[in-house]
Amino acid sequence: MNTASKVRTTGLELAPAKTFDWKERFFHLLFLACAMVGVISVATIGWFVFQEGLPAFKEAGVLNLVLGKEWLPPALYGIFPMIIATLISTAGAVIIGVPIAILTAVFLAELAPRWLANIVRPAVELLAGIPSVVYGFFGLVIIVPAIETLFNIPAGNTILAGIIVLAIMILPTVITISETSLRALPSVYKEGALALGASHIYSIFKVLIPAARSGIFTGVALGIARAIGETMAIIMVMGNAPAMPGSLLEPARTLTANIAMEMSYATGIHSSALYSTGIVLLVFIVLLNASLLYLNRKRSY
Amino acid sequence: MKKVIGLLAAVSLLTAPLAQASTVTVSGSTSVAHVMEVLAENYQKIASKNVEVQSTGSSAGIRAAKDGTSMIGMSSRNVKQSELNSDTKEIVIARDGIAAAVNNANPVQNLTQEQISQIYRGEINNWSEVGGEAKPIVVVTRENGSGTRGAFEEIMKLQRTVNGHKVTAISPRAQVGNGNGMIKTIVANNPYAIGYISLGSVDDSLRAVDVNGIAATDTNIAAGDYQIARPFIVLMDKNAHINAQDFISYILSEDGQSIVAEEGYIRVQ
Repeated sequence: MNTASKVRTTGLELAPAKTFDWKERFFHLLFLACAMVGVISVATIGWFVFQEGLPAFKEAGVLNLVLGKEWLPPALYGIFPMIIATLISTAGAVIIGVPIAILTAVFLAELAPRWLANIVRPAVELLAGIPSVVYGFFGLVIIVPAIETLFNIPAGNTILAGIIVLAIMILPTVITISETSLRALPSVYKEGALALGASHIYSIFKVLIPAARSGIFTGVALGIARAIGETMAIIMVMGNAPAMPGSLLEPARTLTANIAMEMSYATGIHSSALYSTGIVLLVFIVLLNASLLYLNRKRSY
Repeated sequence: MKKVIGLLAAVSLLTAPLAQASTVTVSGSTSVAHVMEVLAENYQKIASKNVEVQSTGSSAGIRAAKDGTSMIGMSSRNVKQSELNSDTKEIVIARDGIAAAVNNANPVQNLTQEQISQIYRGEINNWSEVGGEAKPIVVVTRENGSGTRGAFEEIMKLQRTVNGHKVTAISPRAQVGNGNGMIKTIVANNPYAIGYISLGSVDDSLRAVDVNGIAATDTNIAAGDYQIARPFIVLMDKNAHINAQDFISYILSEDGQSIVAEEGYIRVQ
C-alpha cells in the first residue's frame, strides 16, 4: 500500500504509466525478432546436422570416425586424413596470407598516398567479390601447372596449390577489417608516439598495431573461417584423394570437399557420415570463435 | 458443405483412374534419366500422354519395377536375377561406353584390362611399365557412389570386401574429380594422367586408349567387342499397362533410337 502511493506521487514527473505505447512495443518486438533470426538459424543448423550425423557416430563410433585413417564407404568412415588436410591447408593459408594482409592494411591506413590507396583499395574489395569457382579455375590453370614445373612433380593438384589459392582468398577479409580497425584508432595514439620522438614505422608497429589488436584478430579469425569453409576452389585444385598426405606436394581432401563431392550419391550411413563430417567442421568453427573471444577479452592491467 | 465435399470426393475418385491411365511412371537410375527425360519430352509431343520421370538410382528403380510402384524401372547396371519377379522383362534401350582417357601428349595407345585395373589399384605406378615414357602415372577417378565409378569398378574387378561390405579397390592415393567435366579438365591438362569418362564426353582435348587392342567406338561397343560398357536397362512387367508398352516401343523405334544417339549414347536397334 505504502509503495503504491509512493509510485503514484513520484510518477507525476515521469510519463503517465497508464497509456501503453503499442508502437514502441511493436518495434521492440520487430527488432527482437530480427535479432533472433541469426540465433535461430545457428540453432536449427546445429540441431539438424547433429540429428543427421548421429547414426554414423553410433554405427562407426566417434573415435573410429574422427581418428580413422581409411575412408571406404560403406565399410570404413575415417575422416582423420581430411581433418589433417583441413588444418594444414588453413594454417598454410594463414601463414602466407595474414602477414601480407596486415602489411597491406597498414600501407592503406597509414602510408599510402591517396591516389595509390584509391587504386589498391578497390582492387582488394574486388578480390572479395570474385566467386570461388573462378579462384578454383585460376588455380587449376595457373597455379597447378606452375607447381608441376617448379617442383618437377607429375601432378600439381596438391595441398600447396590449395594453400596458395586459400591465401589469396582470405586477403580481402583480413585486409578490410584490419584497415578499418587501424583507422578507428584515436589520432592521439599516433600523435603521442610521434611527439615522444618515435619514428613513423616504430609507432605503427609498437603503438598502432597493438592498439588495433582485437580488430585484427577478428579479421584473422574471419579469414580462418573462410579458409576452413572454402569448398569449390579447393575441390578444383587439391586433388581430393582421401589418403593421408605425406607432404605438401601430395593431393589431399578437406572436410568440406568430402561433403560436397559425395553428398549427391550418398545414402544411409554414408550420407550420415557426411553429416558427421559437418559436425567436426562445426566444432572447429566453435573452437575458433571461442579462442577469438578469449584473445579479445578485456584485459585488466 | 458436406454435399460439396462429397461431390468433390466422388469426382476425384472417378477421375483419378483416368489421370493414372494416361500417365506413364518411370523411375530409377540417374544416368538413364538424362536420356529418358528427352525421350519422354518427345514422346509427349507425338502421343499426348504424360510421362513422369523420377531419378532415384538404379537399385530403387529395379525395386520400383518389381513392386509395381512404377510402371517402368531404369537401371544403368546389370540386374541380378534375385532382384526380379518372373514376370519382369528386361529391355536394353541403349549402351554407354566408359573410355579410359589419357592426355593427347601420351604415346600409350593400348592398355589391357588387367593393366588398367592394376593402375587403379596402385600396383603399376609408371608409364614405362605399360609401354610409355618413364614418368609416374597420375590416376584420376570419380567420387564414391558415382554410377560411372560403380560400373567401372564392376567391369574392371576393382572391388574388395572389408568388414563384410563390398568397397572400392581403387587406391586412396588416386586423385578424385566430381563429374565427367572435371576428369576431362584434369586429364586434358596433365600429360601423365589417366581417367575414365563416359564415351559421349570424349572430345579433342583428350584421347581414349584402346582396351585389349579394341578401340572405344560406338561400333565396337554395339558389337560387344569393347568390354567397358554398361547397358541402360528398363524393367517392365509383362502385363504392364498398354501406355507403358507403347512408350517402350517408341524408345526402341527409329525416332527414339536416333534421340539416344544424339544424346551421345549407343543405339541398340
